[in-house]
Amino acid sequence: MLLNLEGVSKAFKGLKAVNSVSTRLEEGKILGLIGPNGAGKTTLFNLITGVYPPTEGKIFFDGKDITSVAPHARCWMGIARTFQLVRPLPELSVLDNAAIGRVYGRDPIRNRSKAEKASYETLEMVGLAARASEKAKSLTLVDRKRLELARALAAKPKLLLLDELLAGLNPSEVLTSMALIQSIRDMGITIIMVEHLVKAVFGIADQIVVLSAGELIAEGTPAEIACNESVIDAYLGRSLHA
Amino acid sequence: MPDFLNVDAINVAHGDIQALWDVSLEVGQGEIVALIGPNGAGKTTLMRAIAGLHPLKSGTVLLRDKALHALPAHRIVEQGVIMVPEGRRLFGGLTVMDNLELGAYSKRAREVRANTLELVFELFPLLAERRTQRANTMSGGQQQMLAVGRALMGVPKLLMLDEPSLGLGPLVVENIFETVRQMNQQGVTIFLVEQNARQALELAHRAYILEQGRIVGTGLGDELLRDDRVQQAYLGICPAPEE
Repeated sequence: MLLNLEGVSKAFKGLKAVNSVSTRLEEGKILGLIGPNGAGKTTLFNLITGVYPPTEGKIFFDGKDITSVAPHARCWMGIARTFQLVRPLPELSVLDNAAIGRVYGRDPIRNRSKAEKASYETLEMVGLAARASEKAKSLTLVDRKRLELARALAAKPKLLLLDELLAGLNPSEVLTSMALIQSIRDMGITIIMVEHLVKAVFGIADQIVVLSAGELIAEGTPAEIACNESVIDAYLGRSLHA
Repeated sequence: MPDFLNVDAINVAHGDIQALWDVSLEVGQGEIVALIGPNGAGKTTLMRAIAGLHPLKSGTVLLRDKALHALPAHRIVEQGVIMVPEGRRLFGGLTVMDNLELGAYSKRAREVRANTLELVFELFPLLAERRTQRANTMSGGQQQMLAVGRALMGVPKLLMLDEPSLGLGPLVVENIFETVRQMNQQGVTIFLVEQNARQALELAHRAYILEQGRIVGTGLGDELLRDDRVQQAYLGICPAPEE
């Protein structure tokens, strides 16, 4: 198991945003994390990346207890992420932005020009190589999202967390991005994706975890989850007259 | 049903993200119409566009034959199109009474304020009891009532409710929905955005399904309750097609 969550909880002022979640993720798989608004998806993401420690429970990565490891140290260990609200460094070139991942990630290269050389391939992978020397601020949204992904990949992650990578993309961009995510998985990188676009996640994920009101209410393959009654209730709401 | 609110082929974008694509819908006078759809579908954006809080790239919003899309938000309120925003957005440090009076800010509403206030207190006796209490010291359900009461003080012809059930317990939600039904019976036309699709469909005469910024279905509320398209909009087809 690459990632192992054991009874992980996080409370904010008494409100349990994540309540005793346990799950395991095998290496080389795509895990889709879904759930209605306020389900705790982002909080769970932040617990895995180390934004804050859990109130209870333990997190194991690659066999090591990382429960109290700082976020940057988790990145060294091989956990990288993208953010929903992309924030590239606007005045730096596209290549320099990607190279940041190579400088501060796993197996880091501290020399700038060497880091740039090594990051170029991640720009090729996401389709941004032709724009490598442009300033990041000149990119459109979909390209800024690609850059976010290139920077995370440059950190040489074992586990890559994608936060709403598909949000705001048009349908053809969604398809391109889904294919890209699959090709990253095929390189052996394990992926956790949080998405509102449930159907897109179902198209590529090996395993789905459904959160509702902080609790893990279902876990299984996309086909199992699409037909799960408690998942349907969580999404459509319960009838007043049922 | 005579035309009342007519939204015709509107396109709305947040920066370079297009949120609504050629969305058209109508609300007839006296109807309760619900807009349902998964997170991020564009429901709130659509409501805010009607209220004049989001510019349109193209398309029109008409109330009878008045072009709302050409008016700033406060002029749209004067036309009787009033929104209860998601999360209520009350003036927390002000009293219940202050909040209600601010709802009647437009000239049209101010002239009949005393009468409207009586009607609001009839509908929500609790607000009359709590009139000197500060809004931010009330419970979530009470605050939602106050937000609806504040909107009613503007004498709406069309009342738009954005996620009125969000964050509230089941009993409070039932109460709020019952109030919506009562307001409608008293002649207020309702346009409702709801995450709780099933309850919204039970309440509404008609509904539209919004998915990724596009209307993907419409029908009578109780028809859609049994329509697979609703579940598909949220969770895809069950069983999922084999890859």
